[in-house]
Amino acid sequence: MTLSLPRTMVDQVVAHARRDAPDECCGVISASGDAAARLFEMENAERSPTGFTFDSAEWLRVYRDIDDADEVPWVVYHSHTMTEAYPSRTDIRWSETAGFPYWLLVSTRSDEDEVHAYTITDGTVTEVPLQIS
Amino acid sequence: MAIEVRIPTILRTYTGGEKAVEAKGDTLEGLIDDLDSRHAGIKGRLITEEGKLHRFVNVYVNDEDVRFLGSLETPLKDGDSVTVLPAVAGG
Repeated sequence: MTLSLPRTMVDQVVAHARRDAPDECCGVISASGDAAARLFEMENAERSPTGFTFDSAEWLRVYRDIDDADEVPWVVYHSHTMTEAYPSRTDIRWSETAGFPYWLLVSTRSDEDEVHAYTITDGTVTEVPLQIS
Repeated sequence: MAIEVRIPTILRTYTGGEKAVEAKGDTLEGLIDDLDSRHAGIKGRLITEEGKLHRFVNVYVNDEDVRFLGSLETPLKDGDSVTVLPAVAGG
């Protein structure tokens, strides 16, 4: 299993993470079938360097937009600004109910971009190769 | 009194795959009890054992987050729409 994303989307996620640092950024990539469709940059309602929460009103608008277009919420992305691009314990706990097949993590702790994709199933984190097209 | 309840993908296992179902109630709490009588088990995904709204879900009445209305005591009337979404957060 791999996660395929266009280069433009990965670049946008990294740019979002850099722009919001030192706070964490967050967002959604929708899919149509098994292919990435659209990227939605979300507001981090926590505005925090150690956590993120989707703004509930914005999330309703985005979810409805995705659902109305017969797309599905596919990838949730967020950044870690001081640690590695690997799901935290909090991420693992939220993954059980958030309903996203993939978690995309970006770390901005150094000048070098770190972007990794994961599935999190029943508390088990598995890295998924990220195929950038 | 029928109120449309929109169900997110992750909870559609309780509604036989239905995106939207109807339920009755004068308050959100009553509505969730009614929902659970038709779709057994869904209440446990929305309300904690202590009887509070789960922090893992967002519930909206007419597109307003009920955390800013009256939580489970939010009054409902005919024609209102209720939407349930997974809350999304992490660290």
